Amino acid sequence: MTPLERVLTTLGHKEPDRVPFFLLLTMHGAKELGMTIKEYFSDGKNVAEGQLRMRAKYGHDCLFPFFYAPIEVEAWGGEVIFNENGPPNSGAPIIQNPKQILNMNAPTIEGNDCLEKVLECIRILKEEAKDEVPIIGVVMSPFSLPVMQMGFEAYLKLIYEKPEVFEYLMKINEEFAVSWANKQIDAGATAITYFDPISSISMVPRELFLKTGFWVAKRTLARIKGPTGVHFASGRCLPIIDDVARLGTSIIGTSVLEDLAEVKSKCNRRLTVLGNLNGIEMCRWTKKEAKEAVKNAIDKAASGGGFILADNHGEIPFQVSEEILITIAKTVNKYGQYPIK
Amino acid sequence: MDNIKQVLIQFEEALLNLDKIGARSLLLANEDKNGSAEVINKIVVPALKHIGDAWQNGSLALSQIYMSGKICEQLVDELLPAASNQRRSQPKMAIAVLNDYHFLGKRIIYSQIRSAGFEVIDYGRKTVDELVEAVCRDEIEIIFISTLMYPSALDIEQVVEKLEKLANKVKVIVGGAPFNMDEKLWQQVGAYAMGVDGNEALGWIDKLMEGKNE
Ligand code: B12
Repeated sequence: MTPLERVLTTLGHKEPDRVPFFLLLTMHGAKELGMTIKEYFSDGKNVAEGQLRMRAKYGHDCLFPFFYAPIEVEAWGGEVIFNENGPPNSGAPIIQNPKQILNMNAPTIEGNDCLEKVLECIRILKEEAKDEVPIIGVVMSPFSLPVMQMGFEAYLKLIYEKPEVFEYLMKINEEFAVSWANKQIDAGATAITYFDPISSISMVPRELFLKTGFWVAKRTLARIKGPTGVHFASGRCLPIIDDVARLGTSIIGTSVLEDLAEVKSKCNRRLTVLGNLNGIEMCRWTKKEAKEAVKNAIDKAASGGGFILADNHGEIPFQVSEEILITIAKTVNKYGQYPIK
Repeated sequence: MDNIKQVLIQFEEALLNLDKIGARSLLLANEDKNGSAEVINKIVVPALKHIGDAWQNGSLALSQIYMSGKICEQLVDELLPAASNQRRSQPKMAIAVLNDYHFLGKRIIYSQIRSAGFEVIDYGRKTVDELVEAVCRDEIEIIFISTLMYPSALDIEQVVEKLEKLANKVKVIVGGAPFNMDEKLWQQVGAYAMGVDGNEALGWIDKLMEGKNE
C-alpha cells in the first residue's frame, strides 16, 4: 500500500496493511539541512527538502508543510520571534485595543510573502510525492488565532464582555482561514488540519464552546474544499467528541491527558483518532520507553482502523532525538502490522 | 459564619456567573461580623480552590478560573488594601515568566495568591540573568516561575544553577503546560517543587511558612 492508500483505508475505518503513522516534524528539518531554524523557514524550498529527507529517513505516512503557528499573525502584519532551539513565537499583539477590530479586514493570501513560502513548499512536495503520500496542510482556527492576534487575557475578556466585536473578529478570521486553507489545497495539500486548542475543554467550558468555537468550526470547515482534521494541540476533547463528530470533519487530534481507548471508543467510527504520544516526555524517553509508548497506543486504538499514530500536539519538539524517532518508526513497522497481535 | 456552606455555594455561583456585584455583596455582608481576613480564608480561598479542583478534573475550563480569579483579586484588594495590617505576614515572594511570551498562566497564579491575601511581586517577563539578579536584589524567599514553551522550561535549570552558585536559598517553584505534560520535568530542571495550579502554589506557601515557624 502507498501511504495515501494506508491513510484512506484507516479513515474508512478498515484495517490497512499496518498502522499509519505521522511524525509531525517541523524544526527537525533545519537539523537535516544544517541550518538555523530561522534560516530554514526563510524559504519554502528548504522546508520541502527537509520534509522529503525526513520522510526518506523515518518512512512515516505524511509530509507536513507546517512552518509555525505565528506565521498566520505574520500574514496580518505581526512580528515573529525566532528561537535557536525551539519553535518561533508570536511577538507583540497586532490588536492592542479591541476598538481596532471593527476597522480590520483579513489580508489576502496572494502576494503575502510568508504564506507564499508555504505554498511553494506544498507545490514542490506535490511534485515529488505525486499522489502517494498525503500532504497535510495546517490552518489555525479563527477561534484560536486571536490568542496570537491580541493576547490570551485580552481575548478572554473580548469573548465574555464584547460579543459583537468578537463576532466581527470571527467573521474576518473565518474569511482568512477559509481562503488560506483552500489555497493550500490548490497548491497540492491533501487535507487540512484545523488547529483549535481554544475549543478544547481545557480552555473553555462546553456550553461556551457550543455558542462560539463550535459554530466557527462548523462554518469554516464547511467551506474548506478538502478533507479536514480537528486538532486540540494536546488540550482535552473527550467531553466534546459527539459535538466534534457533528462538525463534518474526519480526524480528531487527542491528548495524552485522556485515555486513548476511551477516546477511540467514544469516536465510534465517526472520527479517526490521531495521537497520542507525549511529545514532552518524548524529549527524555529511552528507546525502551519509546517502544512501550508506541505499543501501548497501538494496543489501545489500532484495532479496526480509524487510527493514525502521532504525537499529541501536532508538532514534535526540537529536542527529540533522531534515535527516538527511528525507534518509534521501527516499532510501528514491527508491532503495527495488521491484524494486530 | 454559621451558614458558611451556603455562602460558599452562593459565592462560587456568583463567580462562575461573572456576577462581581453579587460576589462583592456576599463578602461585604459577612465581613462586618468576621473581619476581612476571615472572609478571605473561609470564603474566597475555598471557592477558588474548589473551582481550581474542578479544572483539574475537567469539569470547569480555564476561562472560568481566569475570570473568577480576577474577580476575587479585585475584591480582595478592596477588602484588604496593600498596606492593610490585616494582610498576612509572609515570606517575600515574586513571580515571573522566564524567556517566554505567554503571560496567562502567571496572571492566574498571581491573582490566586493575591486573592488569598498575600503579596507577591510581579516581575513580568525575565531572562535568566535578569531573574537571578532580581531575586538576589529583592531578597526573594519564594520565586514562582511560569513557562509555556519547553525550551523556556529547560532554561530554569540555568536559573537554579546560578542561584546555587551565589549560595542563594530561594525556593524555586515552577509551573506551566510542559510541567503538566511531563511530571518528572520539574526535578530535571532542579526546581524545589512544581504546581499544576494556584491551589498548589498556595499549598507550597503554607508548607514553607509552617517550616519557618517551627
Ligand atoms: C491553547 C494552546 C495554544 C494556542 C494559544 C497559546 C498561547 N497561550 O499563546 C495557540 C493555537 C495560539 C498555540 C500556538 C502554539 N503553541 Co500551543 N498550546 C496550547 C495549549 C493547548 C494550552 C496552552 C495555554 O495557553 N494554556 C493556558 C495557560 C494559562 O495554561 P498553563 O500555562 O498551563 O497554566 C496553568 C497551569 O499550568 C498553572 N501554571 C502556569 N504557570 C505556573 C507557574 C507556577 C509557579 C505554578 C505553581 C503553576 C503554574 O496555572 C495555570 C492555570 O491553572 C497547550 C497544550 C496543553 N495541553 O496545555 C499547547 C502548547 C502550550 N503549545 C505548544 C507550542 C509548541 C505552540 C507553538 C509554538 C506551536 C508552533 N510551532 O507554532 C505555537 C506558538 C504560540 C505563540 N503564542 O506564538 C506546546 C509548548 C511546549 C513545547 N512543545 O515547546 C504545548 C505545551 C503543546 C505540547 N503538548 O507540546 N497554542
